[in-house]
Amino acid sequence: MDNASAKNVPAANAKKELRALKWRQYKKNIRKTWVLYLFVLPALIYMLLFNYLPMYGVQIAFRDYKATQGIIGSKWVGFKHFKTFFESYQFGQLIKNTLALSFYSLIAGFPFPVIYALFLTYLDSNRLRRSSQMITYAPHFISTVVYVGMITLFLGREGVVNNLIAKLGASPVPFMGKGEWFRHIYVWSGILKSTGWNSIMYISVLATVPPELHEAAIVDGANKRQRMLYIDLPTLLPTMIILLILNTGQLLNVGFEKAFLLQNSVNLDYSEIISTYVYKIGILSSQFSYSAAIGLFNNVINFAVILFVNKMAAKYSEISLW
Amino acid sequence: MEKQKNYKIKTDLVTNLVINITIILFTAIVFYALYFVVIASISDPDKTAAGEVLLLPKGVSFKPYWYIFRDKRIVSGYANSIFYTFFGTLLSLFITIPAAYALSRQDFVGRKVIMRLMLFTMYFGGGLIPTYMVIDSLNLVNTRAILVILGSFSVYNLILARTFFQTNIPLELQEAAEIDGCSVTRFFFSIALPLSKSIIAIMTLYYAVARWNSFFDALIYISSASKYPLQLILRDILIQGQNLQADVTDPDAFYEMQRISRTIRYGVIIVSSLPVLIIYPFVQKHFVKGVMIGSVKG
Repeated sequence: MDNASAKNVPAANAKKELRALKWRQYKKNIRKTWVLYLFVLPALIYMLLFNYLPMYGVQIAFRDYKATQGIIGSKWVGFKHFKTFFESYQFGQLIKNTLALSFYSLIAGFPFPVIYALFLTYLDSNRLRRSSQMITYAPHFISTVVYVGMITLFLGREGVVNNLIAKLGASPVPFMGKGEWFRHIYVWSGILKSTGWNSIMYISVLATVPPELHEAAIVDGANKRQRMLYIDLPTLLPTMIILLILNTGQLLNVGFEKAFLLQNSVNLDYSEIISTYVYKIGILSSQFSYSAAIGLFNNVINFAVILFVNKMAAKYSEISLW
Repeated sequence: MEKQKNYKIKTDLVTNLVINITIILFTAIVFYALYFVVIASISDPDKTAAGEVLLLPKGVSFKPYWYIFRDKRIVSGYANSIFYTFFGTLLSLFITIPAAYALSRQDFVGRKVIMRLMLFTMYFGGGLIPTYMVIDSLNLVNTRAILVILGSFSVYNLILARTFFQTNIPLELQEAAEIDGCSVTRFFFSIALPLSKSIIAIMTLYYAVARWNSFFDALIYISSASKYPLQLILRDILIQGQNLQADVTDPDAFYEMQRISRTIRYGVIIVSSLPVLIIYPFVQKHFVKGVMIGSVKG
């Protein structure tokens, strides 16, 4: 026997022993905490029924689903429905509308919570700060239905916005009557609704900045603007990146509710996005397989984007989701 | 922290001005949007349309509210929404809190696998139609049960609660209890839960508000009007511009209801948001705390 393998024997033994030890620890833990499996059981059942069973059912995207034949009994057609979708005249417009809406929201909406959080912490008046927070968080709790109701009332022909515009001497703007306005209304109403709430995360991060940093900066003669830019902003950067990743991961998942509710015959060319189309094809006209295929296409692309963005973030900034 | 930041330096004059104006302007816009709904709901609709109602209500009348509370759909929608919110939130807590506690424990074998399974559902799903088919095959379409069940588990909320348990239930406490022969179940119910009142409050609020405001599930799965939650009825009135179906036989009253239909829409907004608006000032800090817990772990 040569030396090398003789040396390896104890090492292998140690490894085996370690594994056995770990195994024994596992068994001991399971005996002690088996009841915790019951604790997670309801959550697991929920997930199985409403998350994982649908993933199994997604195979109807590759079949010609007929209710009488069931999922497995329906004929296998491969990528037929995907092809139909790619070749349909709606395809280009749906993708364009969805991406335009999400990129616009992402880019326009991103800076506001950061700015709001920064400005709030530098506010001299505590009372103003507290009442401002109280008021700007409130819209977060308004339901999408009510909010869209408010938007249509406010922006209508005789709505308050046009009345204010008239007071300023300008001519009324047909906000709801022109499709071109849809994206701006969607994005900017979203910014008004969520800037306050989205700033909370940043405010809590700003609270972690050690006061000594600011004291030192003040001694060195730094003014507020400089402290904001060189102390607070860098502190917020990791959070900003994480949130950017999370939001980018939702690029194709533009919220169904708001777009659907804001939709009308005038703005359909701009407001028809993938999720509203899936609803119309699937639920309203019962083309289950075709609709499932479009939905699956959307989810796969979305998932790929998340993986990609996360990888990039991990590579360049050591910040990632997992 | 605030005090040290606020040493007055001369060069801050412009910065201060920009900060104050921005904050005040933004806050004022949001406030005015909410305030306008209130004044428009009690003003004469013709005056509102003519732009006379800008700062104060004009031609004050509470008639719209009188009609709103006589609309059968709004009353039934309200009752339904209370039902769905109450039982839905109860079920949510039952599913989320124990699971979050289990997953917070280091000695729970398999926690990583379960956590992965849950995280995966945040980023990938079967989609609308396959989900619909599962619910259809369970015979739950157009039942009240489905509106109680759906949305009763959110992975995001679970992570929040788990983070809370991880940071607020010290390992030493658990070990000491074990030495004293305290079982896992007993530890959860008599030690961990009483220490976690704030996370239970946060979870209740998050789930309840989401439930009260939810619209999508009812749109997809409910077809009989008697089971409609409030949000679905609001959509008919607010967005599709349907008139109220109040119990009025008097033709004059019917005509008036038509005339003030726009005012009624403002009133409907107030009435439907009332529960949330009433509790909001008192529970705002809990909501905020929830976000802060979430930010600890990103």
